[in-house]
Amino acid sequence: MQKTRAAPLTELSDHDLLERLQRSAFTYVETYADPETGLVADTSRQGSPASIAVVGFALSCYPIAVERGWMTRSEAATRSLRVLRFFADSEQSDARDSSGHHGFYYHFLDMRTGRRVWDCELSIVDTALLAAGILLVGRYFADLGIERDIRTLADALYRRIDWTWAQNGTGAIAQGWKPECGFLNYGWEGYNEGTIVYLLGLGSPTFPLPKASFAAWTSTYQWENLLDVDVLYSGPLFTHLFAHAWIDFRGVRDAFMREKGCDYFENTRRAIAVHREYGARNPHGFVGYDRDLWGITAGDGPDRLELRVDEHDFRAYGYMARGAPYGPDDGTLAPWAMLATAAFGAAEALRGTRRLLTEYPEVCPQDRFVSGCNPSCRQDSGIWLSDGWYGLDQGLLVMMIENLRTGLPWRLMRESVYLREGLRSAGFASGWLEA
Amino acid sequence: MSASLDRDDAVVAAEWLRRTRPADWRNPAPSARYDLCIVGAGPAGSTAAVHAARQGLRVALVERRQLGGNSLNWGSVPSKTLINAARSGAELPAVLSRLRRVRSHIAEHHSIERLQALGIDVFLDQAHFVGTHALRVGAVTLCFRKALIATGARPAPADIPGLADIGFRTSETIFDLAALPRRLGVIGGGALGCELAQAFAALGSKVTILQRQPKFLPGIERDAAEILSRALARDGVETRLNTAVLAARTADGSRVLDVANNELRFPIAVDEVLLSVGRVPNVEDLELDAAGVLRDPTVGVHTDDFLQTTNPDVYAAGDVCMRHQFANVAEATARMAVQNAFAGARERCSELLIPRCAYCNPEIAQIGLHSWQARERGIPIKSYTVFMADVDRAITDDRTEGFVKLYVREGTDGIVGATIVAARASEMINELSVIMNAKIGMRRLADILHTYPAQSCAIQLAARAFVRNQPIIPFEGGLQTV
Repeated sequence: MQKTRAAPLTELSDHDLLERLQRSAFTYVETYADPETGLVADTSRQGSPASIAVVGFALSCYPIAVERGWMTRSEAATRSLRVLRFFADSEQSDARDSSGHHGFYYHFLDMRTGRRVWDCELSIVDTALLAAGILLVGRYFADLGIERDIRTLADALYRRIDWTWAQNGTGAIAQGWKPECGFLNYGWEGYNEGTIVYLLGLGSPTFPLPKASFAAWTSTYQWENLLDVDVLYSGPLFTHLFAHAWIDFRGVRDAFMREKGCDYFENTRRAIAVHREYGARNPHGFVGYDRDLWGITAGDGPDRLELRVDEHDFRAYGYMARGAPYGPDDGTLAPWAMLATAAFGAAEALRGTRRLLTEYPEVCPQDRFVSGCNPSCRQDSGIWLSDGWYGLDQGLLVMMIENLRTGLPWRLMRESVYLREGLRSAGFASGWLEA
Repeated sequence: MSASLDRDDAVVAAEWLRRTRPADWRNPAPSARYDLCIVGAGPAGSTAAVHAARQGLRVALVERRQLGGNSLNWGSVPSKTLINAARSGAELPAVLSRLRRVRSHIAEHHSIERLQALGIDVFLDQAHFVGTHALRVGAVTLCFRKALIATGARPAPADIPGLADIGFRTSETIFDLAALPRRLGVIGGGALGCELAQAFAALGSKVTILQRQPKFLPGIERDAAEILSRALARDGVETRLNTAVLAARTADGSRVLDVANNELRFPIAVDEVLLSVGRVPNVEDLELDAAGVLRDPTVGVHTDDFLQTTNPDVYAAGDVCMRHQFANVAEATARMAVQNAFAGARERCSELLIPRCAYCNPEIAQIGLHSWQARERGIPIKSYTVFMADVDRAITDDRTEGFVKLYVREGTDGIVGATIVAARASEMINELSVIMNAKIGMRRLADILHTYPAQSCAIQLAARAFVRNQPIIPFEGGLQTV
């Protein structure tokens, strides 16, 4: 029988477009998971190690795949259990090539052996993203058969994380640790994706962060009026999305948001408005930017190239946490970013995504968005594109599209006693927390 | 350049010395008792001397080095001259030559002749206290009703093994360079370190700046510091944050700094080293105990909010007692100390609004509270930001880097602080200084005419963003924004 050729993405209905892009994003998880360890590769590039954060997203995608009929429940459970067993059995010690220490894990692990690679850091925030995925999958599977093992292991792995150790005797939490030099401080200041570290750390029944740690975290927040929008600022779009992939912030507020009459969900909507306005103003005159073509965030970009746009020279930043409106901005957009905001405003996200797919269809090979594109920078016969796919982008897309369609990730995590406790300890109240 | 600034270096050097420390100077015979004895003739000491003399007080001013202090001779004046000249594309010898002419020219305003003309007794010698109301200056004793300690500060040392052996420069000696270093290592990412790193890069040095903390200008807000990081990199400065210098040595004819960034340890070979890790107050030689003046482990001399030390007749001003070590603060606290000491005033230094600037490219200026300082004090803040890319004059001049951010107390239109990152932030911040001192709120500021186009329109645009952000209520005959 002759295979029916798939319709171009731009000709699909919104429903079908979401379905196809979400399904294609999920195939990344299927394709780039190691059959032995269950670890999932950071990128599709040859020799890529696993990223523990990508594993956190992948774990969260398995229940979605089951519910959508893309994967059998049995296979999803097997895959989930495989990777949880890996984490439970892998070496936790201060050895330089262990998998983790004090319940945290190194940012990048060898796909096959599960051991630390690249002398990378024991990553607190990436462990938090992994832990969120572990908690989600633990909530989804039943208390029966091998699914019971998933629940048991998920609980044990979360309880093992010693969040208080990561405080290193201070009020705030360190961002990393290395056996060669101890704790790392990247100088976090202001709002960013680190919120999830505190909320999961505060909810721990074994090593809970003190309540004062959240006040220390929020003490450098800035409530800003930017481009006529009141917002708790953070530049890269992903910082407004990562914690939100798991946590339904609608209607629940901490002291800061109560003071501002906002919540973190609404704040992300406002951050999106800032990015769209920035795209419209396009202060540096980059090619492609528009109110309906935006998406500045962390990711891959052109490197070692001097860009010249409208007689201005720009540095190209390579892999960088780009942001708007303060920058850095070198004309690089993350093609997946607009769609990843769909749960905060489907109309704007889809309008932008369609515009992107129309103008630059090459950003979505095999229906999967590449990490970065730069229309101001030409390479070969087209615009600059990053190589391959990034697991974080694909996992986030699967989750956020599902949050738009059914809210499954949010619903599962609303049932987590640990997250609920974390939110309450951080001073969150009202909304679904009262239920 | 004016004709007076265009003469031979030797003539200029002689002129500078004549104005700031004449070789043939003889200290005057001291009066029996001075109303005010001032130790240190930098911005604080000179200002206090002139201010007091104009009140008819009998004043002695003691200085062990050059009149004009650090700001004139080794600080603000030479560094800003260097930065400006470096941006113009000049070469180092010409830059340093101009720097010396500028310094000598400005020294005329602080010259010994001008001080003498006001009736001030100038003593060029080392001073120390020998009692609660007496100073020993060289071979004579000066008795006083009141004294002011204004000895300033000097570049802080660094505990880096081997650094003293290989030799290094500070802000006081970098301007004595005979030739442009091919490679310059700057230790310290504060304002002066960043300014000079950028200036020497513009002159043609390969500059590496090493900053122990995770950002440059630790006291400034993140977005400003990140713009500076990118600007340094853009200008060819190799920036290394989170990097400590463990040791210094020589190898193969180069100076070598052994540095550590987390677990990574590696050498950096340079031709010259500039050490810029802060400043320490000059108090060691003053024998403060003899005067009953308590030292402060952080800021040098312990003073209260009225600049009075633990000896009620001894005051302090400027870098020797202030956390903010800037010339404008030195002058302001000096005037304040004289007023408090002699006019019965009760002026508080905590009430000073201090505009300050890092003269990088772009410049980064700040005044009042940062948002996190406001939050520490329980003051709810919202900031209003205008990007220079949205300011017409910045666009016409192609100087669109940066922003103006005003911090406003929520529920009011009162401005509590501001950060400006822009090509002329050092000038723009002064408008904020006037606005805040005059307690002009955002509503009024929105309607105050500015020239058009001008960079400072950014300040007004921020105020207009505030007005747009307020609820609109109907009134008779139409709509009004409140």
